[in-house]
Formats: sequence, C-alpha cells, structure tokens
Amino acid sequence: MNSRGLRSQLKDSVPVAGFCPQSQFGVQDSLRGGFSSVKNELLPSHPLELSEKNFRLNQDKMNFSTLRNIQGLHAPLKLQMEYQAARQIQRLPFLQSSNLALDTLRGSDDTIGFEDILNDPAQSEMMGEPHMMVEYKMGML
Amino acid sequence: MALSNVLEAPAAGFNFENSSRNAALQAGLEGQTPRPMKTGTTIAGVVFKDGVVLGADTRATSSEVVADKMCSKIHYMAPNIYCCGAGTAADTEKTTDLVASNLTIFSLNSGRKPRVVMAVNILQDLLYRYRGQIGASLILGGVDCTGSHLYTVGPYGSVDKKPYLAMGSGNLAAMGIMEDGFRPDLELDQAKQLVRSAIQAGILNDLGSGHNIDLCVITDRGVDYIRPYQESQYKDHRTNKYRFRQGTTPVLTDTVVPLELEVVEEKVQQMETS
Repeated sequence: MNSRGLRSQLKDSVPVAGFCPQSQFGVQDSLRGGFSSVKNELLPSHPLELSEKNFRLNQDKMNFSTLRNIQGLHAPLKLQMEYQAARQIQRLPFLQSSNLALDTLRGSDDTIGFEDILNDPAQSEMMGEPHMMVEYKMGML
Repeated sequence: MALSNVLEAPAAGFNFENSSRNAALQAGLEGQTPRPMKTGTTIAGVVFKDGVVLGADTRATSSEVVADKMCSKIHYMAPNIYCCGAGTAADTEKTTDLVASNLTIFSLNSGRKPRVVMAVNILQDLLYRYRGQIGASLILGGVDCTGSHLYTVGPYGSVDKKPYLAMGSGNLAAMGIMEDGFRPDLELDQAKQLVRSAIQAGILNDLGSGHNIDLCVITDRGVDYIRPYQESQYKDHRTNKYRFRQGTTPVLTDTVVPLELEVVEEKVQQMETS
C-alpha cells in the first residue's frame, strides 16, 4: 500500500522498457525492446509524454489543494482516505479491474475521454503470467 | 521490475512508444512521409435574429491532392449545437465526436439540453491538455436557453465569442465579406446569403477550399442542415459510357489444371447434442 504523498509519485522520467519486459539481470533486451540509448532513456521522445503520464496526478493535486483552500484540511484528508480504500478494490494482478468506485469518486464515470477509447488495457495483447504475478504480489517470489 | 514475467499494464490513452522511431524515420525519409488529410478549409458562422447560421465548403486535401470532394465539415454535437471543423480531418472528427458523447451523457444524466458554453469549455480543456498536438480549429454555434451563441476554439485551446466568425485557410477572404456585410439582427435569408458569399470568396481565392457549400441553420425551433446549399459549377460530365458488353475481349486459349487433393487424415468427432 502506498502511503506516500502525491508529489513523490510524480514521474519525471519515462522508462524505456515500461511495457517490454526486461531480460534477466535488468539488462536491456534488444530483441524485444530495440536498441537502447542513454538519450532515449533520459529525455521523453514526445513533448506530451511526460505531461500525459502525470496528468491524473497533477489534476488530483490541483483539486485537492483547491479543496483544502476552500474547505479546510479535513476535506482532502477524508477524500484521500476514500480514494485509498477504493484503490484497494482490485481483481487479481494479471486481470484488468474496472475501478468503478475510484471512477465514481473522481467523477469520471460520466465522462468519456481518449483514455476510454484508445489503448484500452482490457484489450491489450500481452498478459503477465498469472502464477508469477500473484506470487510477486504476495511477496513469495 | 527486472523480472521478465511481471508485467506492467500499459496506461490507457495515447501511446508514445513509437514516437522516437517516427522521428528517426521522418529524418530519414525527408519528403516521402505520408501526409494526414487536412481540411484546408473555409468555415464561417453568423448570429442572426432568431439563431445561428454555419457554413462550410466540402473539400479535403492531402498536401496537393484533393482527397475528398464531398466531405462533411459541419459536425453534430447536440440537437441544438453544431460545429464546423478546420484542420486535420481526423482530429476534428474525433474531437467533436468525443464532445458530442459527453454532451449526450450529460443530457441523459440531468435531463437538460446542453448549453453551448459547456461544449466550449469541454473542448477548451481537451485541446489545451494536448498542447495543440490535436490540430482542430472549430467554430461552434448553437441555440440554448440563454440565447444564440457563436464561439471559435483554436487548436491550443483559445476561445473567442463573436457575432460573426471565419476560420480555416480561406478565412481571410471570408472575413472580408463578413466584415463588409454583417449587420446586427439580420433576417434569415440575408444571413444565409452572407455566409454563402463568405464561403464562396474562400472557395474562389483559396486552393484548400472548393466544391460545394453546406449550410446549417440553427434556431430554437430546430435545425435545418442544407447539404448542399450550392453545388460546384465544375461538375463531372462523362461524355461516354465506359461499360463494355460481355464478349468484347476475345478468349484465345483456355487451360484447366485440376488440383490433386488427397485425404491425409480423417477424424470424426461427435457433437454433443444433449
């Protein structure tokens, strides 16, 4: 469970092999991920990459700070507690969860954006190996 | 995670995996990359006494080639709101579709007709979030409970509210006609003529605009989508019929080769019918 604040979750660099599994010992897997270069790993290749990766976090940060300014500290604290609770309602690690409670809290259950149309994780062609992923989550691996 | 079997699911939304590859390819093939279809366009709108008139031409270009002669640039957003789009054709289409879906969900949730400001605000947030990478310049017009409104939204999210507007590559020509002919509280016919002349000026003076003129009249009584309002004078008159009757080409030889198929394996599986 992640009890760190929102600021520390912001990502300021994009890992090259975020999706492609790395080979053993953390060495760059040229077969699956292509050639690696230090520049590619440090700088984002598209101007929107970083801002899109952090978009939801930034929105939440902004909304919580506005709420704190308007209603006091208790409001974001209570809301964040509800968010933590809703985030824990998940299926097994290799399956996609609908995150319905989280969507309802955020208010995004009655809006459609590009994240609902493009690159739906439920339709992704790769799936992690079930046994390994559950063992990893349980800490047995 | 250095383990090869533990997978991080991809984030939903836009995927930037190929952008460095694309940049490298573009540097390699300087002139030969595929061009997106743009609607180098003339779109215009005017607020008249009872509502809004929107107009657009119908040409879509892909650099120097006309990709579509009859493309429809006036998109539906809500029963009382329509939107003309200039810029990259796919971007305007998808963005207006997205906003239309959001407005429909809102109407179903609240039981109210959406207001034009709502569509404008959603669009502005969406386009600003993507910092102009979505190339869509739009003119939104509609009639709601607060009156008739005409807005323009630029690709970076800039918004302007005016009684008459023109956008697209032919907007300079169209704006000249608008500035000359606009009066407050026009009648319906005068407004339609004004928009028609503005789009016509764009068609004549801009290479990216052409063919027919579509008009859309929105009033509180309803919408009149006139497509086409004026057809292009350069029509395609074929002088000959190019269909040939059967037997025009004589058959010289005929060769039949039978395919030899042999049964390799035969498997019988009973179907469970219980």
